[in-house]
Amino acid sequence: MAGVSRSLSVDLGGIVLSTPVMVAAGCAGTGRELPGLVELRKVGAVVTRSITLEPERGSPTPRVAESPSGVVWSTGLQNPGIDAFVTDELPRLARSSAHVVVSIAGNTLEEYVRLTGSLQGRPEVSGIELYLSGADVELQRPMLGAHADRAAEVAGAVARMSMVPVFAKLPMHATDLPGIAQAVVRAGVSAVTIGGPPPALDVQSQGLRPGLGGVTGWLSGPALLPMTLRAVFETARAVPNTPVIAVGGIRTGDDAVEAFLAGAWAVQVGTATLIDPTAPVTVAQGIVRYLKAKGLASPADVRGRLRVPASFGVVGGEEQTT
Amino acid sequence: MTRVRAEILSTRSVGAYHSLTLVAPEIAEKVRPGQFLAVQMPEGREFLLRRHFAVHQASRRGGWAGTIEFVVDPHGPGTEWLTSVKAHESLQVVGPLGTAFAYPKRHTNCLLVAEGHGAASLYFLAQELVARHKRVDMVVAAESQERVFKPIEGKRLSQTISIVTADGSLGMPGSVMDALPDMVESTGTEVLYAAGPSATLAQIAGFCRQRGIPAQVAVEERMACGFGLCQTCVVPVARKDGSGYDHLRSCVDGPVFNPARVLWDRWLSEAPTMLPTPPEGLPVVRSWPG
Repeated sequence: MAGVSRSLSVDLGGIVLSTPVMVAAGCAGTGRELPGLVELRKVGAVVTRSITLEPERGSPTPRVAESPSGVVWSTGLQNPGIDAFVTDELPRLARSSAHVVVSIAGNTLEEYVRLTGSLQGRPEVSGIELYLSGADVELQRPMLGAHADRAAEVAGAVARMSMVPVFAKLPMHATDLPGIAQAVVRAGVSAVTIGGPPPALDVQSQGLRPGLGGVTGWLSGPALLPMTLRAVFETARAVPNTPVIAVGGIRTGDDAVEAFLAGAWAVQVGTATLIDPTAPVTVAQGIVRYLKAKGLASPADVRGRLRVPASFGVVGGEEQTT
Repeated sequence: MTRVRAEILSTRSVGAYHSLTLVAPEIAEKVRPGQFLAVQMPEGREFLLRRHFAVHQASRRGGWAGTIEFVVDPHGPGTEWLTSVKAHESLQVVGPLGTAFAYPKRHTNCLLVAEGHGAASLYFLAQELVARHKRVDMVVAAESQERVFKPIEGKRLSQTISIVTADGSLGMPGSVMDALPDMVESTGTEVLYAAGPSATLAQIAGFCRQRGIPAQVAVEERMACGFGLCQTCVVPVARKDGSGYDHLRSCVDGPVFNPARVLWDRWLSEAPTMLPTPPEGLPVVRSWPG
């Protein structure tokens, strides 16, 4: 359709991305690796690996095993700690990227607050993403982000402190995902990222042992896409005015469009980047191709446009939270 | 590192292995022994991750200029698929990746120790060492005759070669460690290079430490991306000052490491011994002697 001015840009609660495609947390290296392989300026934003207060060595090896159309992995959040990250990695990532979103991970409320404090006033930081799939040491729960009250407490504290938009990355397999999303949005986050990968186990039948050194890990890759779409769909209906960022199994422009139809405002590309570092750019190109073919101006034109029967109403945990 | 679509020039089986030669001048020009390639798998298969192979041969001159060769040990869906691709098809490849073996400056007597298809990258190293007027001797080990990688090539490249097979079907029956002490004695080894399974490398590392032989080994750890993005292929390596250790990525910080700095027990054992705190028990290692 001639005359349509097409734009991929999207506003995620204050951070405006030129394309709705980001590199997912843990897949962008340390800022040295990607610039030689992909033009990062063409990527909407880069989410850093998750950073903790203290240096973290991470899980024992092997850390990755292939599964059908997926990978089971566990790096155990290997990172140099917030201080080394801020002086070394952050400036490097910012030099080549359009936007840097820093993923932070804690096991207590205080850790999240201190991490946010360390990022305060750093011009390189465009946003903060909260990794909430870790253990909650204070309340002795295996997954901090699986509980609406606790996720909201952490998200609220960070959102109040932060001068930049805060995304809450919620575990996609949490029982009451829509309820948790509503709670963190009420607490003040700018967007929700859906979501943290589901836990997984790889078994090596020949050796009678787990495929990963850390025994259990997470599942990523294309196998995840339908789970991501369900989680995005139900979350987007629960928080209709808040940007939802889809992550998990997105590899092509069509995958991204499917996520938009389910209600996503933007997507993150993780495993696909590890296989082909140009994936975040080719996904954006694929989105443009779809929009052109349909004569649409922007991804917002398809956002949440999945045609669902009117009788489809009560969703997930929506009712439990009201 | 470069990301290229490379045409397959030839593909053939070599004993139990399979060798592929690619037209990739950008990579052939830069690659050094020890470095590797990340080969993308086909779309629409259920296996996803790139497969990683040490470069066996890079031709910069002559009729084969601009080509690289790597060797596949078929043992899973990705490697099996690679044995089925035909000449003139193309592969999406990133390379050269990782660190290369360093050449000695002062020393001349080099012993190259390979197990299985680890020999592929060491033959490349042998060529480069010979071109630098070094003496090259080899220990080549494998489970059986068809898993001894190109024994004739090994003989051609080395002054003396000791071939060992677990079943005794070629050369001496036994393992690397059965042949190593004698070879070191008889060739006056000054520096040692090794490639092969990590358990063998750990034994070689122990031997080199005991004898005070400077060495470099190319490690293998399960890898997802190969370009340093994902932090899965890490190896525990002691800091130079002995103040502790770090998980270094074998794709960008390796695959070539000084074996004296690798914490083999921590890496390979299911119940690693606890490190002293502060870890003053960690080795303080001088850099590669050259």
